[in-house]
Amino acid sequence: MHIVVCLKQVPDSAQIRVHPVTNTIMRQGVPTIINPYDLFALEEALRLRDTYGGEVTVLTMGPPMAEDALRKALGYGADRAVLLTDRYFAGSDTLATSFALSQAIAKVGQTFGTPDIVFTGKQTIDGDTAQVGPGIAKRLDLMQLTYVAKIPSVDLSAREIKVERRCEGGMQMLKSRLPCLVTMLEGTNEIRRGSLQDALYAARSQVLKWSAADAGIDDLTRCGLRGSPTVVKRVFAPAARAEKAALIDVPEMNLRDLADELIAAILMRQPALEQELAFNGGE
Amino acid sequence: MSTANREAPRPASGRAGTKKELPDHFKDYRHVWVFIELERGQVHPVSFELLGEGRKLADKLGVELAGIVLGPPGETNQSAIAEAFAYGADLVYNVEAPLLADYRNEPFTKAMTDLVNSHKPEILLLGATTLGRDLAGSVATTLRTGLTADCTELDVDADGSLAATRPTFGGSLLCTIYTLNYRPQMATVRPRVMPMPQRADRPVGRVIRHQLSIAEDDIVTKVLGFLPDNQSAKANLAYADVVVAGGLGLGGAENLQLVKDLARAIGAEHGCSRPLVQKGWLSADRQIGQTGKTIRPKLYIAAGISGAIQHRVGVEGADLIVAINTDPNAPIFDFAHLGIVTDAVRFLPALTEAFTRRLSPHSRDKLAS
Repeated sequence: MHIVVCLKQVPDSAQIRVHPVTNTIMRQGVPTIINPYDLFALEEALRLRDTYGGEVTVLTMGPPMAEDALRKALGYGADRAVLLTDRYFAGSDTLATSFALSQAIAKVGQTFGTPDIVFTGKQTIDGDTAQVGPGIAKRLDLMQLTYVAKIPSVDLSAREIKVERRCEGGMQMLKSRLPCLVTMLEGTNEIRRGSLQDALYAARSQVLKWSAADAGIDDLTRCGLRGSPTVVKRVFAPAARAEKAALIDVPEMNLRDLADELIAAILMRQPALEQELAFNGGE
Repeated sequence: MSTANREAPRPASGRAGTKKELPDHFKDYRHVWVFIELERGQVHPVSFELLGEGRKLADKLGVELAGIVLGPPGETNQSAIAEAFAYGADLVYNVEAPLLADYRNEPFTKAMTDLVNSHKPEILLLGATTLGRDLAGSVATTLRTGLTADCTELDVDADGSLAATRPTFGGSLLCTIYTLNYRPQMATVRPRVMPMPQRADRPVGRVIRHQLSIAEDDIVTKVLGFLPDNQSAKANLAYADVVVAGGLGLGGAENLQLVKDLARAIGAEHGCSRPLVQKGWLSADRQIGQTGKTIRPKLYIAAGISGAIQHRVGVEGADLIVAINTDPNAPIFDFAHLGIVTDAVRFLPALTEAFTRRLSPHSRDKLAS
């Protein structure tokens, strides 16, 4: 079984700072990580490979430094890594990204065997769109299985897969066909600690670096800025409310008085709450 | 946020310089559409919230607002159509077919793309639910148009194009996104981000019906079963009237108990900011913010939460926001109404105790009556 996992290298969002004067992102020195949601996809792929045999190829599109994310993935136990990197991809929105990735996946298929499953995370933590997975599925005509919590079985000879899919208000049990695209729900597994062997393998391995041409992309008008229907016109910091919070800040006040003061202030602003809280609380 | 958005768009930083113009074949795309999402016989409330937004956009553009109902034959379908009119739709496009009873990507994508190709809307809005995101992604790719996810504000520019604002860079800034040379302009909005509009009993108006051009045999994915969530265990954060949440300022997972104690004392739901879910202190269904739940309670108490935009957009709809934080410069004090500059870990027990003291006589009265 051949599985392709799409990863993204993202800035560690907990450490992004906005410049207080210029309102621009201060990228310098912000550490990068594998998008945390993608690790659930990677672990599920590794688990399936361990169960059914085969190979896991990890793929990312990004600047040359995204190689680090792929090396980490090799260290977790992936078998092969492909970095799709080219200046033509700069400025891609989700449509252009899913175009480039789907072309690269097709090329991976021609070179190393057609994938049975393509995995992505549920979404990324920097873009939060959840659109690239469905975009890849549609372009490669893969069955689209999003928000998957569990994969109870894969039948390689019958080309069948069963999944439990999170939907509003419950879980859907679905039966579908291989090849398919699965976006994996968070919290459904825990990424393994790579073995020493995997670490050595990661250190020795070459990450394949593919340009647009290497990935077989002829139509550059569908890549990057030119291939992106959406245009970001403005980036801005949100305006502060006209008045800042009224601070109840009396250092010498004891906590009990401070608490009473706060409750009085809450009820002064929202008198109806007294009734509400009385009904709900004090069980 | 809204004041910032009303400024004239600043020209040409980065992508705006690409000069994208709407090709002629898109110029007859008119009207605003809202996808009416059905979940087990009920319309998802986000669809009504979107009809409220869609109404504003349609009025600004001087066009019609249509609800898109894709449902199984019978009562469910009929009541969804009636509700779309009650919440402001001028007309409804309806595809009625037995195999639309359970959501699956293939028939819904087919139904939606066929409708778009026949009737050519300029704007298409969907709820950013698991269903809406699954559908929007594949519809946009099929139509090769732009899709802006999880918008927090929608507006129409002077030239009639949709200005979709959403948080970016992990929720530290906002950006306004346009789809300049493709139609329809697609956007998703999370539940509870937009206010619920007034419902008014109105007669069912124009309903334009379409056939579904895909049969069960053509659909690969089959539904084997459905397992409903355990209702008692399910957090009802999004619709709670009072919410208490904790952030990294709590210092350790064990101090979440202080948040839960306060919530319990005042009959509130409890939640947390994103880093706590990433640390595994609470499950993802308790996360409040852009990538978690959006809440609109009457009272929101944030304890030890700094207030990144990612969190802010999820709580701005609250009537009263109370922030407890040791850092007087924390961004949360920019949008909270009331603030206490103190350590939440020390203050929360005192607050719980004070609420209990104040509220218990009422509860006793209520029990006695």
